Amino acid sequence: MSPPRIPLKAVQFSGLLVAFFVLANFVDSSDANWLWRFPPLLKDLPFIINDTVQKLLFEWMPIEIYDPDIDDYESSPLFREVTRAVSSSLLVIIEFTREVILGGVKTIVVFTDWDFINENPWAHWPALPWTVITGWAIVLGYRLRGIGLAILAGFSTVYISVFGQWEPSMQTLSFVLVTAPVSVVLGLALGIWAFRSKSVEAALNPLLNVAQTMPHYSYLVPVIVLFGVGDHAAAIATIIFATPPMVRLTLLGLKNVPADVVDAGVMNGCGRFQLLFRVLIPTAKRDVLIGVNQVVMQCLAMTVIASFIGAQGLGSNLMIALNSLKIGTGIEIGVCIVLIAVVLDKMSLAWAHKQKDYFADRTLFQRYSIPILLVAILAGGSILAWIGSFLFEEGRNYLYIVPHNKGITTAPFWQAAVDWTWDTFFFILKDFNEFLITQVLFPMRDLYLGMPVVATFLLMMGTAYILAGFRSALIVGGFLLFIAFSEYWDRALITAYMASFVVIVSAVIGLTVGSLCAQSAVASRAILLVCDFLQTFPSFIYLIPVIMLFGITDTSVIIASVVYATVPATRYTIEGLRSVPVVIQEAGTMSGVSRMQRLVSIEFPLAFPHIMLGINQTVIFGLFMVIIGAFIGTTDLGQLILKAISDRHGTGIGITLGLCVAFIGLAVDQIIRTWAERRKKELGLG
Amino acid sequence: MSSQGRTSGKERAVIECQSVYKVFGRNADSLVAGTDGFIDAEAARSAGCIVGVNNASFEVHAGELLVIMGLSGSGKSTLLRCISRLTDATAGKIFVEGQDLLAMSSKKLLQMRRSKMGMVFQSFGLLPHKTVLENIAFPLQMKGMGTRQSVSRARDMAELVGLRGRENYFPRQLSGGQQQRVGIARSLAVEPDIWFLDEPFSALDPLIRKEMQDEFLRLQGVLKKTILFVTHDFDEALRLADRIAIMKEGIIEQLDTPAGIILEPATEYVRKFTEDVPREKVLRIESVMDPVDQEEELSDLRVSKDSIIETVAETILNQDRPVGVVDADNALVGSLHASHVINVLFGNRSQRPSGN
Ligand SMILES: Nc1ncnc2c1ncn2[C@@H]1O[C@H](COP(=O)(O)OP(=O)(O)OP(=O)(O)O)[C@@H](O)[C@H]1O
Ligand SMILES: [Mg+2]
Repeated sequence: MSPPRIPLKAVQFSGLLVAFFVLANFVDSSDANWLWRFPPLLKDLPFIINDTVQKLLFEWMPIEIYDPDIDDYESSPLFREVTRAVSSSLLVIIEFTREVILGGVKTIVVFTDWDFINENPWAHWPALPWTVITGWAIVLGYRLRGIGLAILAGFSTVYISVFGQWEPSMQTLSFVLVTAPVSVVLGLALGIWAFRSKSVEAALNPLLNVAQTMPHYSYLVPVIVLFGVGDHAAAIATIIFATPPMVRLTLLGLKNVPADVVDAGVMNGCGRFQLLFRVLIPTAKRDVLIGVNQVVMQCLAMTVIASFIGAQGLGSNLMIALNSLKIGTGIEIGVCIVLIAVVLDKMSLAWAHKQKDYFADRTLFQRYSIPILLVAILAGGSILAWIGSFLFEEGRNYLYIVPHNKGITTAPFWQAAVDWTWDTFFFILKDFNEFLITQVLFPMRDLYLGMPVVATFLLMMGTAYILAGFRSALIVGGFLLFIAFSEYWDRALITAYMASFVVIVSAVIGLTVGSLCAQSAVASRAILLVCDFLQTFPSFIYLIPVIMLFGITDTSVIIASVVYATVPATRYTIEGLRSVPVVIQEAGTMSGVSRMQRLVSIEFPLAFPHIMLGINQTVIFGLFMVIIGAFIGTTDLGQLILKAISDRHGTGIGITLGLCVAFIGLAVDQIIRTWAERRKKELGLG
Repeated sequence: MSSQGRTSGKERAVIECQSVYKVFGRNADSLVAGTDGFIDAEAARSAGCIVGVNNASFEVHAGELLVIMGLSGSGKSTLLRCISRLTDATAGKIFVEGQDLLAMSSKKLLQMRRSKMGMVFQSFGLLPHKTVLENIAFPLQMKGMGTRQSVSRARDMAELVGLRGRENYFPRQLSGGQQQRVGIARSLAVEPDIWFLDEPFSALDPLIRKEMQDEFLRLQGVLKKTILFVTHDFDEALRLADRIAIMKEGIIEQLDTPAGIILEPATEYVRKFTEDVPREKVLRIESVMDPVDQEEELSDLRVSKDSIIETVAETILNQDRPVGVVDADNALVGSLHASHVINVLFGNRSQRPSGN
């Protein structure tokens, strides 16, 4: 017998590790030694960005603009006028939507002026009573999916109202109602454009990659500089964040339209636009609507972060509550956000799967029953509110709008629960916390910080080369080089250590849970349902319960991140294992392998590429959440970004830091994705 | 079916192809530019190209049904796609009703597709988001017909292809055969003059296929469309075809009447291809009858000289005397002895193995 062959990859890896440890041990740790830390050649980048932005805003391309106040033409930079126009039109739309729901005068002001309002007290747009919106939500839920969704919608709106969160919730809702459609239209348009033109696609791709891996709030600083602070700025940041998945999914859907369907459309006499709007997009409908769903969820996820630059609503209240450690209030608000998210998610999905029935014979009344019902609810609710105005004192009309924080509150209960937990488990929690920090996290951090820069490069690029080839190694090297030449290498290492800890724990949990559950169809379905549910939560929500238990520490951030990042690992593991063709499984069983053998030698290798995509998501999610953790006080890149927000000249710093985080994510993404693709090819799956 | 189309050569050409090539691959243009006649398969392979259609020249006359046959991958679908201009031919000229298809503006082309052409796709090509009825009504709506009118016409079409009661189903809720029938109904809805059918009946079970073929023949008898019909099934080809084209690796090896193809195969390939085809399904009485012999006593039975042997064989064999053969005007043109029929039915078969 020939000696067992050692796989090439194992040899390569051992070599890599040996080289790594040699470098790590023999490179001198002094700042002058460039093998230890690269010189910050890109130190000036933030300032260059700042100057460019300033120039763009205040000097570039002056145009003549008519100013009605001084009744003359005035010279103003083009870019500034553009941003102004965008801001003000967005603001008008947001305020209009908000006032349709909550009432107000600003929309009327747009068409008249403040004097008019002051002189005419009647010129006040009335709010929609909460009973009306509740009724509408129920009808909509029923129409879209049936009684279940109707109950959920009804429960959520009543909950929000009863707990006195109506106003901020409706502010958040109106914010989503504006940003989501804008993002959808924008994403659709860009997606179609990219579908039409290869060069547009090539140009758009890297932009989308970066936009999706940049932490949410590195957008905030440039947006503040360009658009100022307020709802409109928050809306723009949200749109920038929510559009990329829509573009992606539109493009994906259009590309997946079968060629024969397109041919049939052409032969049936479709013109260019008919082909696009009546064949391509409807056929790609599934992907496009999943895109819509993602946009809605992203917009909601941004509400908390957008509150930093002036979005009103639940997000800002939550931030205030968390900062002043009012956990009870925080939980209540968090539940509201989750409820809105779940209802919007379910409704948009139900809408996506809704089928039209053109040919059912329905009477006139049946056909218009929904509009009639909605109008009836409007009338009924208004009458109730009117009656309420006699029953309750001014400003406390519970049948009109439950005033903010005047509803029932369970905050004391939650507070008590938190206190009780603290009292009861104080030592356990404290010990765990201390153990984790001193025994695991700090040593790990020191390990990361103790790596000479050349050793890090060697390790990362070497891994990339072995797993994903030469090209990937170069790309990874390029990403790392940017970070190494910036001033933030050490901070990046801290981010990397937290993220990698999170990823390792999440991956282990996700793989274990996933493979166990995949053994049974029922368990798989159940756990996928849980994953679905957890994924609708805006990321910020995960922080609330852990803060409750562990206070504001790195431990909290890490636990929240682990929970958040475990979801994709679990889901993709189950999906991967369950999608191994039955024929192959049966073939395995018939050739006499045991269940365990089958899992290890057949199912895992086949599901591997898909599972790796899940791990990839876990990395991105973990990174994301670690950065968000900065809000509650970690010391990595996130914290610096946060500082940059409050800095007048923070644009350059914010963007540079954001790019650093994005590049960490993209480097890992590059390795894993290419590796998965390769494996897929080798297995003949793709 | 029009039997005149095949006999009179002066018929107007509805489709005319002159040296049409379709080559896939990057160097397609240079490959075609460098050849005169057929592209060498070896040369194409070394240039990294795949030849879909190789120097195809032929005409299809008004009201004629041309069947295209050939092994899988021989370029049948590609030829159809060139003539419908779903892909642009790499070289050559295609005329449809005398107009140069390749030089046609996109507006003109659109008009042509809306009013003249219909196509049934091998892989159905149904719009997944539309119901059966909506799918059928789709080309009508593209022409600008209103919903009510187009849907009522679609209903008739659905009934015609036997999809009654399934009008509101989505394609994914239908079997392959049912989907194919939607495709047929859809292409019929606009009443095209030129009809491209890419294996339209291949997804149907034998019973329904027979039924659809009968229905198809009946329709064609009435409507007299110009049809390009792709099939793998020789029986089907023989039932339907006025002429048959046999393709191999993009080249049209032979284009002739069914009898011509079987009795005088142009190449070895065609001979092998048609080897197992039963003669009686192809040959007409005309080709086996004897001249009229005044002495001979004929039975009372008269058969048309254009009948396929298979269809009348049994009755002829049941007669104890030779049968009279008549032409379209019912004038006696010949006589037929049962022995000739027996020869066609059984005679060749015993020779066939040695012919291999
Ligand atoms: N878009 C394309 N790109 C490259 N090659 C193609 C393309 N379409 C067809 N071909 C090649 O052209 C040749 C002819 O294909 P075609 O689809 O016309 O065959 P066919 O005769 O219709 O076969 P079947 O009976 O299986 O439908 C095949 O070798 C095929 O691989
Ligand atoms: Mg084909």
